Amino acid sequence: MDIIKGIRTQRGAKLNIKGSAEKILSKNISSPTYALNPDDFFGTVPKLLVKEGTVVNAGDPVFFSKQDPRIKIVSPVSGTIKEIERGPKRKIEKIIIEANQSKEVRSHVVSNWEGLNRNELISLLLESGNWPFLKQRPYGTLANPDEIPKAIFVSTIDTSPLAPDYDFILKNSHKNFQQGINVLNKLVNQNVFLGMDATHTVSFEKFDNVQFYTIQGPHPAGNLSFHIQELTPINMGDRVWTINPEDIVNLGRFVTEGVFSPQRCVALAGNGLIRSRYFSTKIGVEIVSMIKEVKTTESSLRFINGDVLSGKTSSVNGYLGYYNNLISVIPEGNTYRIFGWLPFKDNSILSISNTSFSRLFNKKGFDINTNLNGEERALVVTGEMEKVFPLDLYPMQLLKACMIEDIEKMEALGIYEIVPEGFGLIDYANTSKIEAQDIIRKGIELMINEVG
Amino acid sequence: MNFLRKSLDELKKPFEKGKKLEKFAPAINAFDTFLFVPNHTTKKGAHIRDAVDLKRTMVTVIIALLPALIYGIYNTGYQYYSQTDESFTFLDAFIHGSWKVVPMIIVSYVVGLSIEFGFAVYRGHEVNEGYLVTGLLIPMIMPVDIPLWMVAVSTAFAVLIAKEAFGGTGMNILNPALTARAFAFFAYPTYMSGNKVWVSEASNVDAISGETILGTLAAGGKVSYSMFEMFKGAIPGSIAETSTLWVAVGALILIFTGVGSWRIITGGILGAIVMGLLFNLWGANALMNFSWMNHLVVGGFAFGIVFMATDPVSGAQTNKGKWIYGILVGIFCIMIRVFNPAYPEGVMLAILLMNVFAPTIDHYVVNGNIKKRKKRWALAQELKTV
Repeated sequence: MDIIKGIRTQRGAKLNIKGSAEKILSKNISSPTYALNPDDFFGTVPKLLVKEGTVVNAGDPVFFSKQDPRIKIVSPVSGTIKEIERGPKRKIEKIIIEANQSKEVRSHVVSNWEGLNRNELISLLLESGNWPFLKQRPYGTLANPDEIPKAIFVSTIDTSPLAPDYDFILKNSHKNFQQGINVLNKLVNQNVFLGMDATHTVSFEKFDNVQFYTIQGPHPAGNLSFHIQELTPINMGDRVWTINPEDIVNLGRFVTEGVFSPQRCVALAGNGLIRSRYFSTKIGVEIVSMIKEVKTTESSLRFINGDVLSGKTSSVNGYLGYYNNLISVIPEGNTYRIFGWLPFKDNSILSISNTSFSRLFNKKGFDINTNLNGEERALVVTGEMEKVFPLDLYPMQLLKACMIEDIEKMEALGIYEIVPEGFGLIDYANTSKIEAQDIIRKGIELMINEVG
Repeated sequence: MNFLRKSLDELKKPFEKGKKLEKFAPAINAFDTFLFVPNHTTKKGAHIRDAVDLKRTMVTVIIALLPALIYGIYNTGYQYYSQTDESFTFLDAFIHGSWKVVPMIIVSYVVGLSIEFGFAVYRGHEVNEGYLVTGLLIPMIMPVDIPLWMVAVSTAFAVLIAKEAFGGTGMNILNPALTARAFAFFAYPTYMSGNKVWVSEASNVDAISGETILGTLAAGGKVSYSMFEMFKGAIPGSIAETSTLWVAVGALILIFTGVGSWRIITGGILGAIVMGLLFNLWGANALMNFSWMNHLVVGGFAFGIVFMATDPVSGAQTNKGKWIYGILVGIFCIMIRVFNPAYPEGVMLAILLMNVFAPTIDHYVVNGNIKKRKKRWALAQELKTV
């Protein structure tokens, strides 16, 4: 095994939060209904292929992308379309599928996949609903099947708070993982990069056809934007694709069995839970089906699809997102706190600022909640964003360029190299409570509309 | 606490959305959030947030200012009593100083905060906490005998012209507190310079000479203070600027909490040392011969570099820029002191000058990053065509 680069950074912060998932796996969790949420596919406008009442098999397409009708999102289970939930302006928010016990699935001919050329393989992945596993940089939208990327990046280390352990998730799927990597190799011609935790490389180094690199450092060191900038930075016009480790397994399983595989191993974590652990289930499962297996600590909780820095708010009646290996459950924090402006008061609140002693205490982990701990203010303090941002670009200047919608400046300052998730820690750490991810997301939407 | 919370909620009712006094909500909110951190939860973006907020940051600066302020109040009395040959205790001096300084602080806060509240209501945003620091800084850098109405006018000028005209907290180009001082300096020069303003009552009592060390040097006189006295701060000068010792304590607080930039402070000291050494080598007159070590401990240099140059809004914002900015502040401070005897205190003008150039410094630092990106792109294009 050759490691092409060891990436290290000091910039960032390890947030020590209570309630990471115990490595116990509950298998085959299922629920009466499943849901697909078009918002999980950033930048994609959904066009429905089904109506309420349509009967679908697992693997049947449910909707396709308006931008590229070949990209189809397929049903994870067999059943009936129960409801299409719409929001303001009739925007599709959720497509809820009532599962039945039918064993019928849509299958594809895959026995000869190794003999297919790149285009034929892409058609097969598009047709079978596997394509949405691939995302592209810049912007973090779904990959464009007509383009050839410089590389495909996979990170098997997640440094975010309460992150799932991919080592554990992939434990029993090594064969399919290798198979999936072989599929990716046909798409980018031997340029698959796999990131590993520098302190723990054992479980991944036996794989073939990948280029290994290692990562060391606090969050957001595990974010792909950082790895890509370090290894093959994105210039204007460049494309790099990314894929989650478990989706490589799903790809591998697909080319072995010929059936779309919606497997998800999910960590349920957070200080809102009493006994957190892992569940193996399917994309779009009801969150409550897992919650009832563990106990929650109190009634007012927030359920988050993803990690506490960049995840999406859901609810106990919500559904697992398309790409998420983590559901964070933390208490809401809608309480008042007297004289909270006094420095070094309330050290029980997790803080990476030196105006609090919190880092000296609570080695066991912090109880967190969703309180804003202040109010939004003008940008005053400088230098704090750079401290938690490992990429070689100026985050505050980029944020300001996004605020004033100056496309030329956004380009010059590196908008192509980032996705909103990379600014999660800046959201958390900045004194003025600026919504950095939201600003960046709007900036990227502007780029997509104006530049494409 | 519950009772307090409930009565506040009751009090806030007429200010709620759609109610009669809705427009004045920012004013009542400012008082409410002074007592309680609100119960707001995260709506978008990261679901958890750090305990630090702008209030905490600004209060940290105030805490860092307190040692210098308390010593400044004491020194006001000390200078007065020690020159009038009366016997006095620490308390006497402190009380004398308080009678002089506290009214100035009150005037500065009342005038400045009224304007801030007015603009917050007018613009419909919450009251920003920046003025908590500015309002304390303004009296701290004034001569002790300046009439209160001048403090009021300077404060109003600074808040209106230097801050609100540019869009309020976070948008200003010049440091508001220094603008207040510069305004007073040019508008009322007889109250801001000379040898009669730096010690309490110097203009009324003949026995008192209120000349600063830099003033003495500029006039070609001999300095009668030892370096330790200068460092300790028992010398005439603006209220809180004299004690390098207590300013240094404040600097440690700022640096430890990360609220003040250690890069700017270190850069400033380095710049001043280099410039001081160069002048020592040249040595053409009394000011040039004034040792570089003494330059660091007299006048407002220490206070300026620690509390004014580190203002994150008007200073440089990039890490590299902070070094350049700090070093230049130090260089210009000593240069103005030595070359222009009319302005023996150079630090005010040096910082204001660099405030103006800080965006330019940042521009070039950020441009370095942009150029790197463009070069990378050009290189990739070349490789593609080959």
